[in-house]
Amino acid sequence: MDIVVILFLFAGLLFFTGGAVGILRFPDFYSRLHPAGKLDTLGLLLSLISLALFNLHHFSLGALLTSLKILLIVVFVFLASPTATHAIVDAGVRAGLAPWTKGDERR
Amino acid sequence: MDKQGQENPDRERSLHNDNEDLSPAVDPQDRKLFFYPFVLTFIIMFGIWILLSGKFDPFHLSLGLISCGIVAYLSSDLLFSSPRIKGLLAQWARFIRYIPWLMVEIIKANLHVLYLAFHPRMMELIDPRIVKFQSKLKSDLALVTFANSITLTPGTITVDISVDGNFKVHAIDKASGDPLPGEMERRVAKAFGEN
Amino acid sequence: MDNIFLYCSLYLAFLMLLSLYRGVFGPTVVDRMIGVNAIGSKTTVLLILIGLLYHRVDMFVDIALAYAMLNFVAVLAASRYFQKRKGLHDEV
Repeated sequence: MDIVVILFLFAGLLFFTGGAVGILRFPDFYSRLHPAGKLDTLGLLLSLISLALFNLHHFSLGALLTSLKILLIVVFVFLASPTATHAIVDAGVRAGLAPWTKGDERR
Repeated sequence: MDKQGQENPDRERSLHNDNEDLSPAVDPQDRKLFFYPFVLTFIIMFGIWILLSGKFDPFHLSLGLISCGIVAYLSSDLLFSSPRIKGLLAQWARFIRYIPWLMVEIIKANLHVLYLAFHPRMMELIDPRIVKFQSKLKSDLALVTFANSITLTPGTITVDISVDGNFKVHAIDKASGDPLPGEMERRVAKAFGEN
Repeated sequence: MDNIFLYCSLYLAFLMLLSLYRGVFGPTVVDRMIGVNAIGSKTTVLLILIGLLYHRVDMFVDIALAYAMLNFVAVLAASRYFQKRKGLHDEV
Protein backbone atom coordinates (compact mmCIF):
# COMPACT_ATOMS: atom_id res chain seq x y z
CA MET A 1 0.00 0.00 0.00
CA ASP A 2 2.75 2.42 0.95
CA ILE A 3 4.59 1.54 -2.24
CA VAL A 4 1.58 2.52 -4.39
CA VAL A 5 1.27 5.82 -2.49
CA ILE A 6 4.95 6.67 -2.94
CA LEU A 7 4.89 5.64 -6.62
CA PHE A 8 1.92 7.91 -7.40
CA LEU A 9 3.38 10.78 -5.38
CA PHE A 10 6.72 10.62 -7.20
CA ALA A 11 4.99 10.39 -10.59
CA GLY A 12 3.02 13.52 -9.70
CA LEU A 13 6.20 15.30 -8.64
CA LEU A 14 7.83 14.28 -11.92
CA PHE A 15 5.01 15.91 -13.88
CA PHE A 16 5.24 19.01 -11.68
CA THR A 17 8.98 19.17 -12.41
CA GLY A 18 8.25 18.94 -16.13
CA GLY A 19 5.78 21.78 -15.79
CA ALA A 20 8.21 24.06 -13.95
CA VAL A 21 11.11 23.29 -16.32
CA GLY A 22 8.83 23.70 -19.35
CA ILE A 23 7.67 27.13 -18.18
CA LEU A 24 11.30 28.21 -17.99
CA ARG A 25 12.53 26.66 -21.25
CA PHE A 26 9.82 27.13 -23.89
CA PRO A 27 10.37 30.08 -26.21
CA ASP A 28 7.18 32.14 -26.05
CA PHE A 29 3.93 32.77 -24.24
CA TYR A 30 1.71 30.36 -26.21
CA SER A 31 4.06 27.41 -26.00
CA ARG A 32 4.68 28.09 -22.30
CA LEU A 33 0.98 27.54 -21.67
CA HIS A 34 1.28 23.90 -22.82
CA PRO A 35 3.37 22.68 -19.87
CA ALA A 36 1.90 25.21 -17.43
CA GLY A 37 -1.77 24.42 -17.90
CA LYS A 38 -1.66 20.68 -18.26
CA LEU A 39 1.41 19.00 -16.88
CA ASP A 40 0.44 20.71 -13.62
CA THR A 41 -3.10 19.35 -13.88
CA LEU A 42 -1.94 15.74 -14.30
CA GLY A 43 0.67 16.15 -11.56
CA LEU A 44 -2.01 17.43 -9.22
CA LEU A 45 -4.29 14.49 -10.12
CA LEU A 46 -1.62 11.86 -9.42
CA SER A 47 -0.28 13.37 -6.19
CA LEU A 48 -3.73 14.08 -4.75
CA ILE A 49 -4.88 10.51 -5.51
CA SER A 50 -1.85 9.20 -3.65
CA LEU A 51 -2.53 11.47 -0.66
CA ALA A 52 -6.20 10.43 -0.59
CA LEU A 53 -5.11 6.76 -0.54
CA PHE A 54 -2.67 7.41 2.28
CA ASN A 55 -5.36 9.20 4.26
CA LEU A 56 -7.48 6.01 4.24
CA HIS A 57 -4.89 4.06 6.28
CA HIS A 58 -6.80 4.40 9.55
CA PHE A 59 -10.26 3.81 8.17
CA SER A 60 -13.15 5.77 9.66
CA LEU A 61 -16.08 7.84 8.44
CA GLY A 62 -14.17 11.08 8.96
CA ALA A 63 -11.17 9.80 6.98
CA LEU A 64 -13.48 8.68 4.16
CA LEU A 65 -15.10 12.13 4.01
CA THR A 66 -11.67 13.80 3.94
CA SER A 67 -10.52 11.56 1.09
CA LEU A 68 -13.70 12.34 -0.87
CA LYS A 69 -13.04 16.04 -0.32
CA ILE A 70 -9.55 15.62 -1.76
CA LEU A 71 -11.10 13.96 -4.81
CA LEU A 72 -13.55 16.88 -5.04
CA ILE A 73 -10.54 19.20 -5.39
CA VAL A 74 -9.31 17.02 -8.29
CA VAL A 75 -12.70 17.20 -10.05
CA PHE A 76 -12.84 20.95 -9.56
CA VAL A 77 -9.33 21.48 -10.92
CA PHE A 78 -10.13 19.34 -13.97
CA LEU A 79 -13.09 21.61 -14.73
CA ALA A 80 -11.34 24.87 -13.87
CA SER A 81 -7.88 24.39 -15.36
CA PRO A 82 -8.87 24.32 -19.08
CA THR A 83 -11.10 27.35 -18.49
CA ALA A 84 -8.29 29.28 -16.82
CA THR A 85 -5.90 28.32 -19.63
CA HIS A 86 -8.42 29.50 -22.17
CA ALA A 87 -8.89 32.79 -20.31
CA ILE A 88 -5.12 33.44 -20.31
CA VAL A 89 -4.73 32.56 -23.99
CA ASP A 90 -7.69 34.79 -24.81
CA ALA A 91 -6.06 37.71 -22.97
CA GLY A 92 -2.87 37.15 -24.97
CA VAL A 93 -4.72 37.02 -28.29
CA ARG A 94 -6.71 40.17 -27.61
CA ALA A 95 -3.58 42.03 -26.51
CA GLY A 96 -2.12 41.16 -29.89
CA LEU A 97 0.82 38.90 -29.07
CA ALA A 98 2.08 37.10 -32.18
CA PRO A 99 2.84 33.38 -31.81
CA TRP A 100 6.46 32.24 -32.02
CA THR A 101 7.28 30.27 -35.16
CA LYS A 102 10.33 28.27 -36.06
CA GLY A 103 13.38 30.44 -36.68
CA ASP A 104 12.50 33.43 -34.52
CA GLU A 105 14.60 34.26 -31.52
CA ARG A 106 13.24 33.33 -28.11
CA ARG A 107 11.32 35.84 -26.08
CA MET B 1 -34.87 33.68 -13.91
CA ASP B 2 -31.12 33.83 -13.28
CA LYS B 3 -30.49 37.02 -15.18
CA GLN B 4 -27.74 37.92 -12.77
CA GLY B 5 -24.35 39.17 -14.03
CA GLN B 6 -23.63 37.30 -17.25
CA GLU B 7 -20.40 39.07 -18.13
CA ASN B 8 -18.76 35.95 -19.43
CA PRO B 9 -17.38 35.34 -22.93
CA ASP B 10 -19.57 34.70 -25.94
CA ARG B 11 -19.88 30.97 -25.70
CA GLU B 12 -21.30 31.15 -22.19
CA ARG B 13 -23.80 33.73 -23.31
CA SER B 14 -24.98 31.59 -26.17
CA LEU B 15 -25.26 28.60 -23.86
CA HIS B 16 -27.35 30.73 -21.58
CA ASN B 17 -29.68 31.77 -24.41
CA ASP B 18 -30.11 28.16 -25.37
CA ASN B 19 -31.24 27.32 -21.88
CA GLU B 20 -33.83 30.04 -21.79
CA ASP B 21 -36.01 28.11 -24.23
CA LEU B 22 -36.16 25.23 -21.76
CA SER B 23 -36.56 27.25 -18.59
CA PRO B 24 -39.69 26.67 -16.57
CA ALA B 25 -42.75 28.67 -17.58
CA VAL B 26 -46.25 28.76 -16.15
CA ASP B 27 -48.34 26.15 -17.94
CA PRO B 28 -48.52 22.69 -16.34
CA GLN B 29 -46.80 20.83 -19.18
CA ASP B 30 -43.65 22.83 -18.63
CA ARG B 31 -43.89 22.49 -14.88
CA LYS B 32 -43.59 18.75 -15.22
CA LEU B 33 -40.54 19.17 -17.44
CA PHE B 34 -39.02 21.36 -14.77
CA PHE B 35 -39.37 18.70 -12.09
CA TYR B 36 -36.70 16.13 -13.00
CA PRO B 37 -33.76 18.54 -13.42
CA PHE B 38 -34.76 20.09 -10.10
CA VAL B 39 -34.65 16.73 -8.29
CA LEU B 40 -31.34 15.71 -9.85
CA THR B 41 -29.73 19.06 -9.07
CA PHE B 42 -31.07 18.84 -5.51
CA ILE B 43 -29.57 15.36 -5.01
CA ILE B 44 -26.15 16.45 -6.28
CA MET B 45 -26.21 19.62 -4.17
CA PHE B 46 -27.20 17.71 -1.04
CA GLY B 47 -24.46 15.13 -1.61
CA ILE B 48 -21.90 17.92 -1.77
CA TRP B 49 -23.41 19.53 1.35
CA ILE B 50 -23.00 16.32 3.36
CA LEU B 51 -19.48 15.88 1.99
CA LEU B 52 -18.44 19.39 3.00
CA SER B 53 -20.15 19.60 6.37
CA GLY B 54 -19.54 16.10 7.73
CA LYS B 55 -22.12 16.56 10.50
CA PHE B 56 -25.23 14.39 10.72
CA ASP B 57 -27.30 16.02 13.48
CA PRO B 58 -30.81 17.25 12.56
CA PHE B 59 -29.93 20.94 12.79
CA HIS B 60 -27.22 20.86 10.10
CA LEU B 61 -29.20 18.47 7.89
CA SER B 62 -32.26 20.74 7.91
CA LEU B 63 -30.11 23.77 7.12
CA GLY B 64 -28.70 21.83 4.19
CA LEU B 65 -32.17 20.82 2.97
CA ILE B 66 -33.36 24.42 2.94
CA SER B 67 -30.34 25.93 1.20
CA CYS B 68 -30.05 23.10 -1.34
CA GLY B 69 -33.74 23.58 -2.16
CA ILE B 70 -33.26 27.28 -2.84
CA VAL B 71 -30.13 26.77 -4.96
CA ALA B 72 -31.68 23.89 -6.93
CA TYR B 73 -34.81 25.94 -7.61
CA LEU B 74 -32.81 28.92 -8.88
CA SER B 75 -30.34 27.07 -11.07
CA SER B 76 -31.82 23.71 -12.08
CA ASP B 77 -31.87 24.72 -15.76
CA LEU B 78 -28.10 25.33 -15.84
CA LEU B 79 -26.77 21.87 -15.08
CA PHE B 80 -29.14 19.69 -17.09
CA SER B 81 -30.09 21.07 -20.47
CA SER B 82 -32.47 18.30 -21.57
CA PRO B 83 -35.69 18.22 -19.54
CA ARG B 84 -36.71 14.61 -20.30
CA ILE B 85 -35.60 12.09 -17.69
CA LYS B 86 -34.85 9.25 -20.10
CA GLY B 87 -32.68 11.32 -22.43
CA LEU B 88 -31.04 12.87 -19.41
CA LEU B 89 -29.85 9.64 -17.83
CA ALA B 90 -28.75 8.12 -21.14
CA GLN B 91 -26.88 11.34 -21.87
CA TRP B 92 -24.94 11.19 -18.62
CA ALA B 93 -24.23 7.48 -19.02
CA ARG B 94 -22.75 8.15 -22.46
CA PHE B 95 -20.73 11.05 -21.08
CA ILE B 96 -19.29 8.94 -18.27
CA ARG B 97 -18.23 6.31 -20.81
CA TYR B 98 -16.31 9.06 -22.64
CA ILE B 99 -14.14 9.93 -19.61
CA PRO B 100 -11.82 6.85 -19.47
CA TRP B 101 -10.82 7.28 -23.11
CA LEU B 102 -10.11 10.94 -22.40
CA MET B 103 -7.90 10.03 -19.42
CA VAL B 104 -5.80 7.65 -21.56
CA GLU B 105 -5.38 10.37 -24.20
CA ILE B 106 -4.40 12.93 -21.53
CA ILE B 107 -1.70 10.65 -20.09
CA LYS B 108 -0.30 9.76 -23.53
CA ALA B 109 -0.14 13.38 -24.61
CA ASN B 110 1.28 14.49 -21.24
CA LEU B 111 4.18 12.08 -21.64
CA HIS B 112 4.84 13.63 -25.05
CA VAL B 113 5.06 17.17 -23.63
CA LEU B 114 7.15 15.91 -20.70
CA TYR B 115 9.61 14.43 -23.22
CA LEU B 116 9.69 17.76 -25.06
CA ALA B 117 10.26 19.78 -21.88
CA PHE B 118 13.33 17.75 -20.84
CA HIS B 119 14.80 17.31 -24.32
CA PRO B 120 18.14 19.15 -24.60
CA ARG B 121 17.50 20.29 -28.19
CA MET B 122 13.87 21.21 -27.56
CA MET B 123 13.99 24.36 -29.68
CA GLU B 124 14.55 22.33 -32.85
CA LEU B 125 11.82 19.83 -32.08
CA ILE B 126 8.90 22.16 -31.47
CA ASP B 127 7.21 23.89 -34.36
CA PRO B 128 4.23 25.89 -33.08
CA ARG B 129 1.40 26.54 -35.47
CA ILE B 130 -2.22 27.63 -35.51
CA VAL B 131 -4.59 24.96 -36.87
CA LYS B 132 -8.02 26.03 -38.09
CA PHE B 133 -10.87 23.66 -38.79
CA GLN B 134 -14.65 23.54 -38.94
CA SER B 135 -16.37 21.24 -36.46
CA LYS B 136 -19.54 19.32 -37.22
CA LEU B 137 -20.83 19.50 -33.65
CA LYS B 138 -24.07 21.40 -33.09
CA SER B 139 -25.02 21.90 -29.45
CA ASP B 140 -23.16 24.38 -27.27
CA LEU B 141 -22.45 21.88 -24.51
CA ALA B 142 -20.80 19.50 -26.99
CA LEU B 143 -18.69 22.33 -28.39
CA VAL B 144 -17.55 23.37 -24.90
CA THR B 145 -16.72 19.79 -23.96
CA PHE B 146 -14.77 19.37 -27.19
CA ALA B 147 -12.85 22.60 -26.59
CA ASN B 148 -11.99 21.63 -23.02
CA SER B 149 -10.88 18.17 -24.14
CA ILE B 150 -8.59 19.75 -26.75
CA THR B 151 -7.10 22.00 -24.10
CA LEU B 152 -6.64 19.12 -21.64
CA THR B 153 -4.70 16.99 -24.10
CA PRO B 154 -1.34 18.79 -24.09
CA GLY B 155 0.22 19.86 -27.32
CA THR B 156 -2.98 21.63 -28.28
CA ILE B 157 -4.81 24.65 -26.83
CA THR B 158 -8.12 26.00 -28.06
CA VAL B 159 -7.56 29.66 -28.88
CA ASP B 160 -10.96 30.61 -30.20
CA ILE B 161 -14.36 29.11 -31.07
CA SER B 162 -17.08 30.85 -33.00
CA VAL B 163 -20.74 30.07 -32.42
CA ASP B 164 -21.06 27.89 -35.52
CA GLY B 165 -18.10 25.70 -34.53
CA ASN B 166 -15.09 27.34 -36.18
CA PHE B 167 -12.07 26.26 -34.15
CA LYS B 168 -8.66 27.90 -33.87
CA VAL B 169 -6.18 25.62 -32.11
CA HIS B 170 -2.57 26.32 -31.15
CA ALA B 171 -0.51 23.15 -31.57
CA ILE B 172 3.03 22.76 -30.26
CA ASP B 173 4.29 20.62 -33.13
CA LYS B 174 3.09 18.94 -36.29
CA ALA B 175 2.46 15.56 -34.68
CA SER B 176 -0.04 16.88 -32.11
CA GLY B 177 -1.79 19.27 -34.50
CA ASP B 178 -2.44 16.85 -37.34
CA PRO B 179 -4.92 14.37 -35.81
CA LEU B 180 -7.49 17.12 -35.15
CA PRO B 181 -10.48 17.06 -35.34
CA GLY B 182 -10.51 13.31 -36.11
CA GLU B 183 -11.15 10.71 -33.47
CA MET B 184 -11.85 13.05 -30.56
CA GLU B 185 -14.64 14.84 -32.41
CA ARG B 186 -16.27 11.52 -33.25
CA ARG B 187 -16.12 10.45 -29.61
CA VAL B 188 -17.61 13.72 -28.38
CA ALA B 189 -20.35 13.49 -31.02
CA LYS B 190 -21.14 9.99 -29.81
CA ALA B 191 -21.14 11.11 -26.16
CA PHE B 192 -23.69 13.80 -26.93
CA GLY B 193 -25.77 11.75 -29.35
CA GLU B 194 -24.99 13.73 -32.50
CA ASN B 195 -24.31 11.66 -35.56
CA MET C 1 6.46 8.19 5.85
CA ASP C 2 6.55 11.59 7.54
CA ASN C 3 10.12 12.12 6.31
CA ILE C 4 9.11 11.39 2.72
CA PHE C 5 6.28 13.92 2.94
CA LEU C 6 8.64 16.49 4.43
CA TYR C 7 11.15 16.15 1.60
CA CYS C 8 8.36 16.18 -1.00
CA SER C 9 7.12 19.47 0.48
CA LEU C 10 10.62 20.96 0.32
CA TYR C 11 10.96 19.82 -3.30
CA LEU C 12 7.59 21.38 -4.17
CA ALA C 13 8.73 24.65 -2.57
CA PHE C 14 11.86 24.51 -4.74
CA LEU C 15 9.68 24.02 -7.87
CA MET C 16 7.62 27.03 -6.79
CA LEU C 17 10.83 29.08 -6.70
CA LEU C 18 11.51 28.02 -10.31
CA SER C 19 8.02 29.13 -11.33
CA LEU C 20 8.51 32.38 -9.43
CA TYR C 21 11.31 33.24 -11.87
CA ARG C 22 8.71 33.39 -14.64
CA GLY C 23 6.44 35.41 -12.40
CA VAL C 24 9.09 38.04 -11.66
CA PHE C 25 11.10 38.28 -14.90
CA GLY C 26 8.46 37.21 -17.46
CA PRO C 27 8.66 39.59 -20.39
CA THR C 28 4.91 40.28 -20.58
CA VAL C 29 2.02 40.47 -18.14
CA VAL C 30 0.49 37.23 -19.41
CA ASP C 31 3.75 35.38 -18.78
CA ARG C 32 3.55 36.50 -15.18
CA MET C 33 0.01 35.18 -14.98
CA ILE C 34 1.24 31.75 -16.14
CA GLY C 35 3.84 31.75 -13.36
CA VAL C 36 1.29 32.71 -10.72
CA ASN C 37 -1.14 30.03 -11.91
CA ALA C 38 1.57 27.36 -11.75
CA ILE C 39 2.50 28.40 -8.20
CA GLY C 40 -1.17 28.22 -7.18
CA SER C 41 -1.67 24.65 -8.36
CA LYS C 42 1.48 23.52 -6.52
CA THR C 43 0.29 25.29 -3.37
CA THR C 44 -2.88 23.16 -3.33
CA VAL C 45 -0.81 19.98 -3.05
CA LEU C 46 1.58 21.60 -0.58
CA LEU C 47 -1.31 22.53 1.74
CA ILE C 48 -2.51 18.92 1.92
CA LEU C 49 1.04 17.69 2.50
CA ILE C 50 1.36 20.15 5.40
CA GLY C 51 -1.93 18.84 6.75
CA LEU C 52 -0.58 15.28 6.67
CA LEU C 53 2.60 16.39 8.46
CA TYR C 54 0.63 18.05 11.27
CA HIS C 55 -2.01 15.24 11.39
CA ARG C 56 -4.81 17.77 10.77
CA VAL C 57 -5.85 16.86 7.20
CA ASP C 58 -9.54 17.38 7.95
CA MET C 59 -8.84 21.07 8.54
CA PHE C 60 -6.25 21.66 5.82
CA VAL C 61 -8.32 20.01 3.08
CA ASP C 62 -10.93 22.77 3.41
CA ILE C 63 -8.22 25.40 3.11
CA ALA C 64 -6.84 23.66 0.04
CA LEU C 65 -10.29 23.53 -1.61
CA ALA C 66 -10.86 27.23 -0.92
CA TYR C 67 -7.38 28.02 -2.22
CA ALA C 68 -8.00 26.13 -5.49
CA MET C 69 -11.21 28.09 -6.06
CA LEU C 70 -9.54 31.40 -5.15
CA ASN C 71 -6.69 30.69 -7.57
CA PHE C 72 -9.16 30.00 -10.39
CA VAL C 73 -11.14 33.18 -9.73
CA ALA C 74 -7.95 35.25 -9.46
CA VAL C 75 -6.67 34.02 -12.83
CA LEU C 76 -10.04 34.68 -14.49
CA ALA C 77 -10.25 38.20 -13.06
CA ALA C 78 -6.66 39.06 -13.97
CA SER C 79 -7.05 37.84 -17.55
CA ARG C 80 -10.32 39.77 -17.96
CA TYR C 81 -8.57 42.89 -16.70
CA PHE C 82 -5.31 42.73 -18.67
CA GLN C 83 -6.86 41.91 -22.03
CA LYS C 84 -8.04 45.50 -22.29
CA ARG C 85 -4.52 46.91 -22.09
CA LYS C 86 -2.62 47.25 -25.35
CA GLY C 87 1.12 47.45 -25.84
CA LEU C 88 2.23 44.37 -23.92
CA HIS C 89 5.36 44.12 -26.07
CA ASP C 90 6.94 47.28 -24.70
CA GLU C 91 6.64 46.28 -21.09
CA VAL C 92 9.79 44.88 -19.53
